[in-house]
Amino acid sequence: MSLEGKVALVTGASRGIGREIAKVLAERGALVVGTATSEAGAEGITDALSSMGGYGIVMNVSDAASIDAGIKSITEKSGAPVILVNNAGITRDNLLMRMKEDDWDDVINTNLSSIFRTSKAVMRGMAKARWGRIINISSVVAGMGNPGQVNYCAAKAGVEGMTRSLAKEMANRGITVNSVAPGFIDTDMTKKLDDSQRDAMMSVIPAGRLGEPEEVAAVVAFLASQEAAYVTGETINVNGGMFMG
Amino acid sequence: MSTVEERVKKIVCEQLGVKESEVQNTSSFVEDLGADSLDTVELVMALEEEFETEIPDEEAEKLASVQDAIDYIVAHT
Repeated sequence: MSLEGKVALVTGASRGIGREIAKVLAERGALVVGTATSEAGAEGITDALSSMGGYGIVMNVSDAASIDAGIKSITEKSGAPVILVNNAGITRDNLLMRMKEDDWDDVINTNLSSIFRTSKAVMRGMAKARWGRIINISSVVAGMGNPGQVNYCAAKAGVEGMTRSLAKEMANRGITVNSVAPGFIDTDMTKKLDDSQRDAMMSVIPAGRLGEPEEVAAVVAFLASQEAAYVTGETINVNGGMFMG
Repeated sequence: MSTVEERVKKIVCEQLGVKESEVQNTSSFVEDLGADSLDTVELVMALEEEFETEIPDEEAEKLASVQDAIDYIVAHT
C-alpha cells in the first residue's frame, strides 16, 4: 500500500491522532505536509517528518486566505496535494442552555466549514491528477450524540453528510471521500478526564480499553491507498465496538 | 501560433473527449458535446490555465457553447 510520490496534507498534525496519521502516511512513502496553528507546532512537525521528506507549516483552517496561501506554497514547493486528511478540530463543550453563540460558531467554523475550504482548495489539483483521497476525521459522537457537545456533534455529523455528497460529486474523477469516526482514543484530549469519567467511559467500550492513535492512523492509511479506490462516501468507525450505527 | 479558436477547440476536445470534427463553433457543451456539470467546471479551469486568465463564476456559468468561450477569451485576454 505504497503512497510513494504522493503529496499529502494533514491538518492539525502537531499532536494526537493527526501526528500519528502524518507519521504513518510518511512511512508509506508520501511526502507529508502537516499543519499547526503555531510556529512551534509547525517546527515540531518538521522535526518529526524531515527525515522522510515532510515538513510542517502554519495554517489557520478557519481562515480561507490562510488555507489558500498554504496550499499555494505547498504546490510550488512540493506539488499539488492529492491526499487531504481533515483532522484539525476543537471542542467548546457546554450544555446548550449555557452555550454561548461564539462556542457554537467557533466549533462549526473550525470543524466543519474548514473542511469545505480545504477540500475546495485542493480539488483542482486532484481533478487534474484524476486521483485524489480526502479523509475527514469525524467522531463516534456524530452518530451517538453526546450531552454537552451539541456544537461538536452537529459539526461532525455535518462532516459525514458532506463526505457522502462530495464523494458522489467527484467519484468519476478517481477521487474518493471518506470519514473515519474514532471513539475514545488515548490522546491529550482524553488524558484530561478524571478517574470517574474514565471508568464511565470504559463501561461503554466493549473492547475494554481506549484506542491508540496508531489504530486510527492505520485506517486512514488504508483509505489513502490505491487499494481503497472503490470505497467512497463511507464512514468507518474505529471505536472498540462502542457504537455501530 | 494557433488562433484562439483553435486553442479553445483543442481544449474542448481534450476535456470532453470528443473528436475535432464534432466540435463546431455553435456546439453546446452540454447538449451537443455531452458535458456534465463537473465537465463544464473542469473545462473552465483548463481554459483559465491555457489563457492565463481568471474567469469569474458568474461569467463561467454563461459559457454554454464553443463560440461563447471564444468570444469571452478574445474579449478578456
